[in-house]
Amino acid sequence: MVTTLVAGVGRKSLGILGEMGRMMVFLMSTVSWMARPPFRGMQVLKQIHFIGVKSLFVIALTGIFTGMVLGLQGYYSLRKFGAEGLLGSAVALSIIRELGPVLSALMVTGRAGSAMTAEIGIMRITEQIDALDTMAVSPMQYLIAPKVLAAVLIMPMLCSIFDLIGIYGGYLVGVHLLGVSSGAYISSMESSVEWKDVYGGWLKALSFGVIISWVCTYKGYHTTMSAEGLGTATTEAVVLASVVILMWDYFITSVLM
Amino acid sequence: MGTEHTTPVIRLVGVEKTLGAQPVLKGVHLEIPRGKLTTIIGKSGGGKSVLLKHMIGLLRPDCGQVLVDGIDIARLSAHELNEVRKKFAMLFQGAALFDSLTVFENVAFPLREKSRLASAEVEPKVLEMLEAVGLTGMGHKFPAELSGGMRKRAGLARALVMGPEIILFDEPTTGLDPLLARTIHDLILETQRRFGFTAIMVSHEIPEIFGLSDYVAMLLDGVIAEMATAEAFQRTGHPGVREFIHVGRMPEPLFSAVGSGAQGR
Repeated sequence: MVTTLVAGVGRKSLGILGEMGRMMVFLMSTVSWMARPPFRGMQVLKQIHFIGVKSLFVIALTGIFTGMVLGLQGYYSLRKFGAEGLLGSAVALSIIRELGPVLSALMVTGRAGSAMTAEIGIMRITEQIDALDTMAVSPMQYLIAPKVLAAVLIMPMLCSIFDLIGIYGGYLVGVHLLGVSSGAYISSMESSVEWKDVYGGWLKALSFGVIISWVCTYKGYHTTMSAEGLGTATTEAVVLASVVILMWDYFITSVLM
Repeated sequence: MGTEHTTPVIRLVGVEKTLGAQPVLKGVHLEIPRGKLTTIIGKSGGGKSVLLKHMIGLLRPDCGQVLVDGIDIARLSAHELNEVRKKFAMLFQGAALFDSLTVFENVAFPLREKSRLASAEVEPKVLEMLEAVGLTGMGHKFPAELSGGMRKRAGLARALVMGPEIILFDEPTTGLDPLLARTIHDLILETQRRFGFTAIMVSHEIPEIFGLSDYVAMLLDGVIAEMATAEAFQRTGHPGVREFIHVGRMPEPLFSAVGSGAQGR
């Protein structure tokens, strides 16, 4: 009884360790193929369009509502101390430092990450990845590297757009609905937000770009040969990417602080 | 083995492969003669496709050698393997066309990726190949808009376009009706005679493949049970092979009383 338990725990741990190792090798291999010609500019542009442009609407929508609810919550909390004038700073800092990068990454995971897993998974099941291999075209270079590169380039931009719209959402609620003065909202923001905060947010967004594309392409690439396997892979990709984003966010924040 | 007149282009020596916990190949010895059409038959799920994938390095053997023109491809790095793969093309079971590209772009893909042809030279070459497989005027369509038979044709055009020395066919007629299967078989035979590549086909279309192939080999229980010219193969003395090819040739009698007449074939 005890031995089976220990054996089970051991097997599970070894399995997880092995998976982590394979994921690391996958990432390293992607990076090494990225550095080798031919460079696939067209593929990268397509992916930027897919991951970035097509995510704009959902980013704008989540951005505005996040900003609005922050405006609302912030106003009632700050009013207790008579500090409504600091609303701009509260909204801007929470969005730029934390919510912008994290929420935009989670939205991109759900929208583009799941689609990446499904696309690559279907290519695996229908042997299109094997076909690339037989034509002496590296799937890592042709399929995976452009996605990773595009995600890394586009995430800071999506995050910036989220930030801007979110801050405007807070402004809408704070100034137009609850009567905070427009000058106080903007000047408190101006005096408290530093470049360091903005850079930090971008750095986070960039690293989230790596996580999303890495986890989601890996799961698609290693799909088992069935429709059920594809479903499982997509679910696992989204869950794992989201969890890793939140965990990594804690670590990187503690380093940046 | 009947291959004494030609040097083998691919030679498998003691290839073993276990997938999961299932031993699939248990010491395969096989020589593929150059410039001929060799068909590998065997039971469904018996490891024929696995065997084929070893020949092009999509799978690596647990032990044994896969020699392509004398080079053991099981020991090569990814880059060296890509060099050897330039001799190959493969037609997959589902054709494995790229969904996001049109038929034209699919056929042009290996040329654009791997040849030094200028883009002006690519087009006539692709159109020629589409014509050779009977897909003239279909270049603008996407794979999803094609029927199964047309997808196989497009896959064949993509396999032919680089002028490979060796083409692997993974069950090229699975899922097609008998008439369409016949036309695909004819197309394979015709292009093989015309371009002179070495063709290796995995199939269980018995007896059709006997009229088509130069050599036939049978994979049985993880080893090559028999390999001979198509003609000699049909007279084999191996009981397992005989059983397999004769079940394929004779429709199973519905009633034993009627069956006695049918067995005379």
